[in-house]
Amino acid sequence: MAGEVLLDVRGLVHAFPLGRAGSVRALDGLSFQIERGEIYGLVGESGCGKSTAARCVMNLLRPQEGRVLFRGIDTCDPRAFRAGRRLLQRARQLIFQDSASSLDPRMRVWELIAEPLRIQRAAPPRGSFRAEAEFQMKYVGLDPGYLDKYPSELSGGQRQRVAIARALAAEPELLVADEPIAALDVSIQAQIVNLFKHLQAEHGFSFLFIAHDLAMVEFLCSRVGVMYRGRLVEEAPAGELFARPLHPYTRALVSAIPIPDPRRERARRPVEFRGGELPPGGVWTEASPRHFVLLEGREPL
Amino acid sequence: MSGPLGNSPRSREEGAAPPLLEVKHLSVSFFTDAGEVQAVRDVSFSLKAGEVLALVGESGCGKTALCRSIMRLLPRSGKIKGGSILAGGADIARCGERDMEKLRGRLFSMVFQDPMTALNPVMTVGEQIGEAVRVHRPRASRREVRARTAELMELAGIGRPWERMDLYPHSFSGGMRQRAVLAIALAGEPAILFADEPTTALDVTVQAQILDLFRDLQRRLGTAAVFVTHDLGVVARVADRVAVMYAGKIVETGTAEEIFYDPRHPYTWGLLRALPALSKGRDSLYAIPGMPPNLANPPKGDAFACRNEYALAIDYEEEPPMVQITDTHSAATWLLDPRAPKITPPLGGEARGG
Repeated sequence: MAGEVLLDVRGLVHAFPLGRAGSVRALDGLSFQIERGEIYGLVGESGCGKSTAARCVMNLLRPQEGRVLFRGIDTCDPRAFRAGRRLLQRARQLIFQDSASSLDPRMRVWELIAEPLRIQRAAPPRGSFRAEAEFQMKYVGLDPGYLDKYPSELSGGQRQRVAIARALAAEPELLVADEPIAALDVSIQAQIVNLFKHLQAEHGFSFLFIAHDLAMVEFLCSRVGVMYRGRLVEEAPAGELFARPLHPYTRALVSAIPIPDPRRERARRPVEFRGGELPPGGVWTEASPRHFVLLEGREPL
Repeated sequence: MSGPLGNSPRSREEGAAPPLLEVKHLSVSFFTDAGEVQAVRDVSFSLKAGEVLALVGESGCGKTALCRSIMRLLPRSGKIKGGSILAGGADIARCGERDMEKLRGRLFSMVFQDPMTALNPVMTVGEQIGEAVRVHRPRASRREVRARTAELMELAGIGRPWERMDLYPHSFSGGMRQRAVLAIALAGEPAILFADEPTTALDVTVQAQILDLFRDLQRRLGTAAVFVTHDLGVVARVADRVAVMYAGKIVETGTAEEIFYDPRHPYTWGLLRALPALSKGRDSLYAIPGMPPNLANPPKGDAFACRNEYALAIDYEEEPPMVQITDTHSAATWLLDPRAPKITPPLGGEARGG
């Protein structure tokens, strides 16, 4: 491993109470690391705990066990969190799926983008908050003519750009994007994914990219972790993972990616994975360099 | 039965069979505070019995408005301005609400995107399917309704229906809920099923199962379907024919093979090129520049012209005609005009035989 570890997630456990029915373990010993400058993809079915993981990483939820270290600061420890609060709140930003509901409908675009700076009580580096918003808008490819618009006057793709500009305004190091393109059209998805790629390649931002569109994940991410029932079952560089999936669950996922080609798509037979057959325990094994898989018991590869 | 269903749509005469549904020059507008929004502009297409047609396009292109206007489920602000919708020999664009009520569920029914909001959370799944059964068989006994409910659940691929019909939607997974919605839609044995993004809310692993279920039902029951989707992978799996919509119009239509292997309209090229599968190993994805036009004030000429890198001068002046390429394939672009300069399409052909 070459890069500096920016985010280190260790053994997260989080269970949601279900009343008398007991509880559901959304996270069950989840561990992964994100290096500076990489786009780490977290994939898995709905309900596998992806969003819970994002919320724990952002300290919106407190995990019952495990630790989230950001630049070495243990963010789950209240004392360490308070000491590093300014850094933690500035350097990690979240982008949500549905920008129609994550942006305040009564604020103008420039106010939305400048709000994180105001909250940080930071002096705007470019003079005024408005100038700052204009700068960020150019950065994400939005016309400054939209400065005084309200979110409802924008299209889905434009709104998502506002959400991204807002996240970038605080000059973060890690962007946590929870299904940021799921609500967008194909051609707009491509624009946003290109923007993410540009932000990573040209400006060195790191991303935790959570998505269920595996084709996009394969295109965008440097490394991918596959989650199943609250923990990782496989992790590898994106190309390697999609070319040589090892875990039966990953195989099922990869085989389910639709192919935009009628003849090949109709001939495709998805591999089935019987849910729930994953026994507890298992050994996290490095199958090939940087390619990890959760092996059951002593079963050979 | 009377009315448009007089001649059974389920019969599958070969060849000369009239189309099950024929939409001619349909225009639909929404009258909003911002003025008239022309959601569907002069759309014509037909659907044969047992055929699956996919309507593809970006959001706001009029896919959903088109389906809803055929089912006559438009909100009050939406009006059919012109054209006809012929089904079973009658023009349902002019049917009254009372006649439409008889047709819904029997001639066509609809499956929506989000099964969680389509189902009532405080009724058991069995009750909800039974409700649809009773609409179509008002004189059925309680036992008959339950038997038919079980039959429908089995048809929609829900195993052990007798145990599961007394469960509430929240104990069903997303895929199971969509199967339950499908069971409701099938209760009236519709000839046409409208499915509006039926798998968008589902996981990929479940998506393929639901799509295969649709195809299976279409084979077994001969139900025709109109699939509204923006996902070309879904189209590739289920569609016999594809209609690509842009700014309220159908800009290209053809068989699935024709659209994927020999697309002719620049917008179809753009949609296909934007797929990550076609950009593997490249630095960036192809993105169609610009934004769809505002349909409150559609531009002069071809609505796609300002986003089209192949636009000709005439595109800004006059709307392109629909040009027939084969019996089944046509596209509305000036590039197909004999006077147009020859260009090399950015894709098409390469997937052939693969």
